[in-house]
Amino acid sequence: MGWKSRDVISIDDFTKEDLEILFKKTEEFEKSISSNLLKGVIIGNIFLEYSTRTRISFEVAAKKLGAEVINLVAEYSSIKKGESLYDTLHMMDVYSDLLVIRSPIEGTAKFAADVCKHPVINAGDGYLNHPTQAMIDLYTIRKLKGRLDDLKVGILGDLRYGRAAISFMFGIAKYSNKLYAISPPQLSMREDVRNKLIEAKVDFEESSSLDKVIQELDVLYVTRIQKERFPDIAEYEKVKGSYRVDLKVLQNSKRDLIVMHPLPRVDELSYEIDNTPMQAYFKQAEYGIYVRMALLSLILRGE
Amino acid sequence: MEEVEMKVAKIRNGTVIDHIPSGKALVVLRLLGLTKKVENTLTIAMNVKSKKLGVKDIIKVENLELDPSLVSILALIAPMATINVIRDYKVYEKSKVVLPEYVEGILKCPNPTCISRQQNEPIVSKFKVIEKSPLKLQCMYCYRYVYENEVIEQLVEGK
Repeated sequence: MGWKSRDVISIDDFTKEDLEILFKKTEEFEKSISSNLLKGVIIGNIFLEYSTRTRISFEVAAKKLGAEVINLVAEYSSIKKGESLYDTLHMMDVYSDLLVIRSPIEGTAKFAADVCKHPVINAGDGYLNHPTQAMIDLYTIRKLKGRLDDLKVGILGDLRYGRAAISFMFGIAKYSNKLYAISPPQLSMREDVRNKLIEAKVDFEESSSLDKVIQELDVLYVTRIQKERFPDIAEYEKVKGSYRVDLKVLQNSKRDLIVMHPLPRVDELSYEIDNTPMQAYFKQAEYGIYVRMALLSLILRGE
Repeated sequence: MEEVEMKVAKIRNGTVIDHIPSGKALVVLRLLGLTKKVENTLTIAMNVKSKKLGVKDIIKVENLELDPSLVSILALIAPMATINVIRDYKVYEKSKVVLPEYVEGILKCPNPTCISRQQNEPIVSKFKVIEKSPLKLQCMYCYRYVYENEVIEQLVEGK
C-alpha cells in the first residue's frame, strides 16, 4: 500500500519498507525544511487531551510546508455542549484536508477514519496507539545508531498504560533486536501486548530491575508513569517514583548508550543527563517536526 | 442423520441442533433462551460419538423453529453446528451455522474506554474472528482480545 491518502492509525499497519520511505523523506526535510508543497492545504487538529510536542510539532510541520492549521479546542467547542464526536468529526472533515486527532479513548482514530473522507492521523488514542511517536523514535535510533537491527533496547517505565512505550515496542519489534521490558510489576505489559510480541517471535525479556541489564543496552527508552490513565489513583500512588534514571544508574552503561524519552518527563529522568552525549530526547523532539513533515507530504502529495 | 441420533426419539415438528461442541449443549440452551420456554419439550444428548467432532452434543426442540438472529449467536459458540428444521418427522431444511469473518453489533467490547462503548456516539461494535475454537475475537477499534468465556458470559447475562 502506498502512502498517498493513507490513514495512520497504528504502527502495526506499516511495514519496514513503508517506514524506510518515510525515513528517506524525513532526511530530505531535515536537510532543507522550507517548502510550499502544501500551500492552500488546511490541516485540522482535534486534540481532546493535553499535548505540547505532538500538537505543536504537527502545526509547525504543516506551516513549514506552507499549509494552514485549524485547532479544535474541546473546552471551547460544542463538545462541551454535548455534541457527539461523530458530528464534530463530520464538521472538521468539511473544513480540513487532513485531520490529526488525539483522544483518551481507545479506537478514536479508527472511528474518525471511518467517519471522515479525508485522511486521519492518530496523534495518540488511549493507552495503545501513538504511531507517529513510534515513527519518530525509530527515526531517532536509525539516525543516532546508524541502524535499526542488532541492538539491545531497554524500555523502562509504564508499559501498561503508556501508549508511546507500547507503540515503540511494536515498532522496534519489526526489526531484529533484543528487547528488555523493564517496569515495576504493577506496570508490566498487558497480556494482549505480551501475546502479540510472542506471536511475532520477538526476542524479549521482562524484568523489574534496570541495574541487571543496563550494561547490555545500546538504547534506553524511558517513559513516564501515565497518572491520567490509572483507573484508581491509589494504585498510582503505590508506584509513583518507583524508578528514576540518573548518572549513578547509568554508571555501568555502554559508552555509546543513548537515552530516549517521548516526553513529558516528571521525575523519572534526571536533568543531569541533558548535557551528556547520551541525551537523545530533545533530538527526538526535533526530529518529530521532520518526521511529521514527511508524513504530511507523503499522505497529501504522495511524495 | 447419523445413527447415534436414533438413541433419542424423533420429533414431529421443531428443530434439531447438531454438531454442538461436546459439553456446550447447556450453554447453547441458555444462549438461545430455550430454558425459559416451558411449552417446548427439549431433548439433549451429550457426548455423542461423531465422525466430524469426535464427540458432540445434540439438542432437539419441539414445536419451535429458530429465529435467524439467534443463529448468528449460535455460530459464536458452536461454529460447526448444523440446524435441521423438522416438519412432520422429516428434515424440511438443513443449514450450517456460519461464523463470519467479522462479528458486528452482537457483543460489546469489554474495554470500558473503547470508542465503541461511548454511549453518545453512533457506533456499532465490530470484532474480527481470530480463532474459531476456542473462540478468540479482536475489537476492531481498541484491538482488545475477547475470549470465549467472556463472550459466553456476556451473551448469557443478556438472556
